[in-house]
Amino acid sequence: MASPAVLVEKGGPGRETLPRAPGRPRSWVRRLQSGDEIAHLITLVFASSIFLVTVLLVFELYANSTLPLHKFGWRFFVTSTWDPVFENFGALPFIYGTVLTSALALLMAVPLGVGAAIFLAELAPPRISDALTFVIELLAAVPSVIFGLLGIFVLVPVLRNVVEPFLKSTLGFLPLFQGPMYGIGFLAAGLVLAIMIVPFILSVSREVLLAVPVEQREAALALGATRWEATWKVVVPYARAGILGSIFLALARALGETMAVTMVIGSDPKISASLFAPGYSIAAVIADQFTEATGDLYVQALIELGLVLFILTFMINGLARLLILATTARGSEHA
Amino acid sequence: MSYRRVWRKCVNGLMLGLTGLCALVTVSVLFFILGYLVWHGGRALDWDFITRLPKPVGESGGGMANAIVGSAKLLLLAALVGLPAGFMGGLYLAEFGGRTFPFLVRYTADLLNGVPSIVMGIFAYTVVVLPMHHFSALAGGLALGVMLIPIVLRSTEDFLRAVPGSLREGALALGANKWRAIATVVVPAAVRGIATGMLLGLARVAGEAAPLVFTSFSNRFWGSGFNAPTASLPVMIYTYALSPYDDWHRQAWAAGLVLLALVLVANVGARLILARKQSPARG
Repeated sequence: MASPAVLVEKGGPGRETLPRAPGRPRSWVRRLQSGDEIAHLITLVFASSIFLVTVLLVFELYANSTLPLHKFGWRFFVTSTWDPVFENFGALPFIYGTVLTSALALLMAVPLGVGAAIFLAELAPPRISDALTFVIELLAAVPSVIFGLLGIFVLVPVLRNVVEPFLKSTLGFLPLFQGPMYGIGFLAAGLVLAIMIVPFILSVSREVLLAVPVEQREAALALGATRWEATWKVVVPYARAGILGSIFLALARALGETMAVTMVIGSDPKISASLFAPGYSIAAVIADQFTEATGDLYVQALIELGLVLFILTFMINGLARLLILATTARGSEHA
Repeated sequence: MSYRRVWRKCVNGLMLGLTGLCALVTVSVLFFILGYLVWHGGRALDWDFITRLPKPVGESGGGMANAIVGSAKLLLLAALVGLPAGFMGGLYLAEFGGRTFPFLVRYTADLLNGVPSIVMGIFAYTVVVLPMHHFSALAGGLALGVMLIPIVLRSTEDFLRAVPGSLREGALALGANKWRAIATVVVPAAVRGIATGMLLGLARVAGEAAPLVFTSFSNRFWGSGFNAPTASLPVMIYTYALSPYDDWHRQAWAAGLVLLALVLVANVGARLILARKQSPARG
């Protein structure tokens, strides 16, 4: 970082960013010699690499999916034939699979995650809460393939032999629980996803709940509310936006989750109402078929799916981050 | 006590119990995963597994030595791409930034962090594999490295921010330049946290299979150098688990145990390092 001559010349435009020292003003040549400007610029370049990567990512995805974009246009998203031989591509089954499995996952993970977050933030003693939170953060660190591995060899047999027959015999009148039971399929994928996203809902919700000012709780308790009433009617509504943010965050995670889903969803590009049926998701079809895709149109159709996934998760994450930011900022203002 | 009061007490106890149950279920999932992998993978793990190459399809025995080395190679490349960029970017956010621009960097970094890893794989595919016409460790390393940048950037920034301002002021008062103060006082004060953040980032990308399946692909032999298809543990687990051979399933369990052990050791280790010196930033 000393002062390579090349960088000295580039150092000019960055000068407005350093606050001027009071009293004796220094010329920018002096500041350059001291190295501050150079350090500033170098780190600025690296910080900007975030934007560079993002822009490049969008460009590459778009530039490499022009063939299907032109050939199919919006039809790509509403037709359901996926025929590599005749190069006819419609992504509806994948979109359906992604939406269905993510919805299933949220249905199971949201009550579990938010409930556990309430316990850890409001009720558990701090030491126990910290220890459990650490264990749950470890769960978030478990690689996706390992969930897939346990999914195939543990969850799928249990689903096939125990859970699905049970659901069929009790709730079989619903179209959701009809048809042959393979174990692999939408239900298995949804369950694995649920387990994977619970830690995200939990740790962010806990954080948001902890950011709720203590006075809110004390006021409710002083008015004679029970512990649960104070939590449910005062603290949770206060943190509502942030909890919603954590759910969106988990949703984005579920939409893009690849390996575990690929291993248990069954890889069949069909739209079926039954949760027992095998299906496909956007991420799964990319992981599954990319290496064997022949022909530019086939590969580019898969890349277009990647573009869809990118745009979806980027928007949902953007919304989630804003919600979380708004809630924690409100909490710290009061504190 | 009135009836209503009893009712409210009951609801209180019931709901509090339910939330506790939720926490218990979530925590027990981790212990189940851990226990099952240790039980199943432990039986499958032997010396051959970490020292031998995979046997030809259909023969039993052999190991995944090449995948272990391959994963190390990919992580090295990822570290070369991701650690310097993330570190310097974090330095900018914590020490030089103004208001709007750093906010945008931070926000974009968080969004980039949430981009599905498979999309990063496609990115590396279009940037490296398409022009070079073959799979390589370089492509896989790039995918992992790009994923690493936002992770390291955010953790570096957090730990630098936790350094008390009085240290900076002390250095400046002694006549140091801003960059000297940063290089000799601020960064050394936070170095343990920063290194831990990097370790956690590496542990996170080490388990990723999705960005590797069509970038570094796989290899049943020692790949030569960095410009050849390279085996990695996560991809091996994926292909072995979906294969029809019992012996491959056994090895998938062993590989799963090795991978999980690495990731968990890194995480627990990071926690211990941070706990030793009470750092205000979260681990």
